[in-house]
Amino acid sequence: MSNLDFVAEGKPADWVPLGDLQKVVDPMEMFFELPRKTEFITGSEAARESIRRMNVDIAISYPITPQSETMQQAGYLYDEGYIKDYYRGEEEIGVMSAMAGASRAGIRCLTATAGPGLMRGMEAIASWPGARTPIVLMDMCRVINTPLAIQPDNIEMSFMLNTGMLLLHAENQQDFYDYPLVAAIVSEEVDVTLPCAVSVDGFFVTHARGQVSMTSKDYKLPPRDGWRSAVPAMDNENPPARLARDAPIQKSNFISYHMHSSWQQEVFAAVERSAKYFEKYLDGCIEVINPDAEEFLVTSGAAVSQSREAVRQEGEKGRKVGLIKIKTIRPFPTRQLIEILKNVKRILVPEFNQAGWMHKELCSILYGKCNAEIINGPRVYGGMTMPTEMILEWLAKHRK
Amino acid sequence: MSIKRYNVRMAGIGGQGVVTASHIISNGVVISGGHSSLVPFFGSEKRNAPVESYVRISNEVIYEIGEIIFPNILLIFHPSVITLGKSYTMPFYTGLKQDGIIMINSKVPIPFSKDEEREMADKGAKIFYLPATEMANDIAKTELATNMAMCGALAAVLGLPDLMSLAASVKDRFVGKGIVVSGGTQALDSAIEKKFAKKQKLLEANMKTLEASYQYMIDKGWAHKDAKVIKIDLETITV
Repeated sequence: MSNLDFVAEGKPADWVPLGDLQKVVDPMEMFFELPRKTEFITGSEAARESIRRMNVDIAISYPITPQSETMQQAGYLYDEGYIKDYYRGEEEIGVMSAMAGASRAGIRCLTATAGPGLMRGMEAIASWPGARTPIVLMDMCRVINTPLAIQPDNIEMSFMLNTGMLLLHAENQQDFYDYPLVAAIVSEEVDVTLPCAVSVDGFFVTHARGQVSMTSKDYKLPPRDGWRSAVPAMDNENPPARLARDAPIQKSNFISYHMHSSWQQEVFAAVERSAKYFEKYLDGCIEVINPDAEEFLVTSGAAVSQSREAVRQEGEKGRKVGLIKIKTIRPFPTRQLIEILKNVKRILVPEFNQAGWMHKELCSILYGKCNAEIINGPRVYGGMTMPTEMILEWLAKHRK
Repeated sequence: MSIKRYNVRMAGIGGQGVVTASHIISNGVVISGGHSSLVPFFGSEKRNAPVESYVRISNEVIYEIGEIIFPNILLIFHPSVITLGKSYTMPFYTGLKQDGIIMINSKVPIPFSKDEEREMADKGAKIFYLPATEMANDIAKTELATNMAMCGALAAVLGLPDLMSLAASVKDRFVGKGIVVSGGTQALDSAIEKKFAKKQKLLEANMKTLEASYQYMIDKGWAHKDAKVIKIDLETITV
């Protein structure tokens, strides 16, 4: 939007969008070097501060609890001039489709949704990776099955595992500030050019306060360069703009099957290529506590927080329990996990969902690579949290 | 340094300020130099519907998140949480740890069933009754200050946050940059601000209620040995 559009919306003639006053800094400088200040804020506020520094061109969303608070905050950012364009879509298929269009135009796109909203938008979301559209999708996990509930349960993440999306799992408010910024940068790397979802367990993180250390709001990430991309951005200045990426990909003859399969191979190869960037910007795709332990808790998201407390309480009793936090679900850090887990005795996989998708992921990569007993749990679902006491109980039960 | 960990479950009904109370306690602990986190839990936001809020307090970094299943301390903001079952946790003391504390806003003891009495006795639960709503009506002239009385009483029982940090937290809530609140809470905020001509008057009424319940717990012999009454000077608190 030009300044005139903002003036038409009621801003004074000399209004300057605050985003224009921010200084662009190199991502590595933003993530590791700039001084930080710690504030005690909610996950939704942490998300807002992340978006403020993300240099977002357009944010579109449809409200759904527990995401609404974040995107309401994004509205304020638009008003202040940190986001260049912003609107509320009609519903999620419309929102996710609009995201696809906006990203094809070569600009930085942000949306957010939760549970049932993600499921509704899934048709469009599943089409993003093949279209090679960098997009940041904030996903505040919420129960999706009946009976209806608004509490966190991260089964919805399993539906994104095989789409070609990049997928990060934030543990706490701090991660929900850091990860979306990293997501924006990695998704736009030339040899990646893929959308990236940042999931977080809703409510427990979004509606609760935690310590978040942040850089000054005077700095923002570099803008997206639409031409630095695996596929060219759509040229809207010279019609007719091409809407489909490549005509021969449309299914019509034998050749197109080969093209389609190689196109998919390339998408999933790009997912793997993103790992080196996540390694760099997230300071590792995994975090390991007590690497020499014989029994391990391996998990992601909010279950990591509960596991940290379990590890601390076991430590107070003189028992060493290991913990691996998996930050990147896609790309899955297969090589690093095998390296650490190949000689351990027992692995427990605490999860906030019924299906145990993380347990399945681990079983599939560790099969034939390690002799550990991989315990099928502990799990909670339907939106409740996992009490530390439950992890301690499972550890004790399986030691016998 | 000995490790202090308190897990507090607050239960009340919509409109009483349970979630606000948890924010004020939690922020007060952080202001005093401790660690704290909280999470609220409610269904559709409406008057008289059950509300729970969970506060973790520690002198170390807190990792755990989510609702508290096994609390040390229960705060019951309204007798109907127990008598009418207006609660997500039934019976209300489910999960209470051994030798835990139950603080109930009620002038008179609640008539428990024999089973309830036995189960609470088995847990070694200590029950403190506090006339928080009466205090709010007498001192602040509004029952909306009930949550302030509950905050003061909890701070006295734990010995933290200290009264000054708690006061700073209250000031931060009403005149500072505050927190992101829901539409329903915003409506209550503006209702109470209209009642008090100036925010200053609202703050003063809140402070007096805090002090009174703090003192009440000390007088009853239920307060922590660290609980100290100090004169709160609103002007000197910066937020």
